[in-house]
Amino acid sequence: MFRVFWCILHRDLTLALRRRTDVLTTLFFFIIVVSLFPLGVGTEKETLQTLGPGVVWVAALLASMLALERLFAADYEDGTLEQMLLAAQPLSLVVLAKITAHWLLTGLPLVLIAPLAGMQYHLTGESILVMMGALLVGTPVLSLIGAIGAALTLGVRGGGILLSLLILPLYVPVLVYGSGAVEISRIDFSATGPYFALLASFLLVALTFAPLASSAALKISLE
Amino acid sequence: MALNWFRFAAPSAFYPLAGRAIPIFWWLTVIPLVIGLVWGFFMTPDQLGGTNAQKEYYRIIFIHVPTAWMSMWLYVVMAGWAAVGLVFKTRLSFMMANAIAPTGAVFTFLALWTGAFWGRPSWGTYWDWDPRLTAELILFFLYIGYIALHSAIDDTRRADRAAALLAIVGLVMVPVIFWSVNCPDPNQCAALHQRSDLTRMEGNILFSMLTITFAFWMYSFATTLMRLRSLILERESAAGASWVETTLGKEGAS
Repeated sequence: MFRVFWCILHRDLTLALRRRTDVLTTLFFFIIVVSLFPLGVGTEKETLQTLGPGVVWVAALLASMLALERLFAADYEDGTLEQMLLAAQPLSLVVLAKITAHWLLTGLPLVLIAPLAGMQYHLTGESILVMMGALLVGTPVLSLIGAIGAALTLGVRGGGILLSLLILPLYVPVLVYGSGAVEISRIDFSATGPYFALLASFLLVALTFAPLASSAALKISLE
Repeated sequence: MALNWFRFAAPSAFYPLAGRAIPIFWWLTVIPLVIGLVWGFFMTPDQLGGTNAQKEYYRIIFIHVPTAWMSMWLYVVMAGWAAVGLVFKTRLSFMMANAIAPTGAVFTFLALWTGAFWGRPSWGTYWDWDPRLTAELILFFLYIGYIALHSAIDDTRRADRAAALLAIVGLVMVPVIFWSVNCPDPNQCAALHQRSDLTRMEGNILFSMLTITFAFWMYSFATTLMRLRSLILERESAAGASWVETTLGKEGAS
């Protein structure tokens, strides 16, 4: 069972690392969006400190969503996905492996680059730490929920725009509590616990149901 | 006698039944609506509350609360039919879910719209990023997403099933909306929206509100069934079912 997980994970990571631009585009998209906001809203320190957590989270949301289209598209086009559907191993496990690979390639880089964004917005060291932690727990949820949307819109015309319409409303709780944690850490560092608990519970729920829902969606899209 | 539970699952059997039911539902809409509105305008107090009085404009409640309730309820019903469709693979269930979606979206929009006009005099703002308002807005997006996904996929079968799955996934948001206002400790969550408590309401107001809720519920039945009938005709004739022509021929003759 776990061999198939590792196998798919390894394959997806290898494929992505052979075409590094895809991974880097997402990362640079994030950096550009985050850097554009101060130019638009002004560069006062106070404004930036208030806006920072929200902007970083919205940028992470958009970056993760833009990358979602690629999650199944290539495998769908060359027919690999159909073979995965036919395989003896449970499809949800395959999907989970693909989601994990997707997160390692899009979510994790965002977590690692977040301190840079935090410094752009004059956040304190503690806030940056909280932001990294919140992103670390929150971005997997984004990938997991997004996979359902990506599977549903597979091969549909105008899929990208449609995907955002379907998925962004479901991202809202993560956005609220993710940026909420950073926001509250500016006032009281010890009060961030409940936010992390909620984010972690989102992660657990998504981890349980999202692979099942996305494999069901894939079966619908491919029949 | 063995009951055939699936008899009316056939679109051809349900079409005439729906046709007979629609006028009944329209009467059940119009009569309570008139009663509720008249009662709401003339039998209720002009002013409510003590220190921060709600004047005549509190009557928005007669539209606002029923539409908000219906917006959530219809989403649950829609997801329910979607689930039935996925489980039993009945075409009619998907059509039902499909027919409910626009009515639900309209109710959601109305709840937001009337809420804005109520918020202006009582809170001094059309919109506030309060948990319940935001959650209702998300519900509106969920309806739009369902309709958009369904119309983006050309293959009806796939569109039905994909949109059904989306509706079920979106169902997680409904409890969030429902309880977003009644959080255990009011000091913990900054909510402008009043907590809902039916037992503390004045009897006449409660009566009109519930009557109009009933009217709106029946209205949902009526519009859904009307839309369902068009959907049945559209899809069945596209699939080349012969009963469509004969039924339409009979209706045209009579």
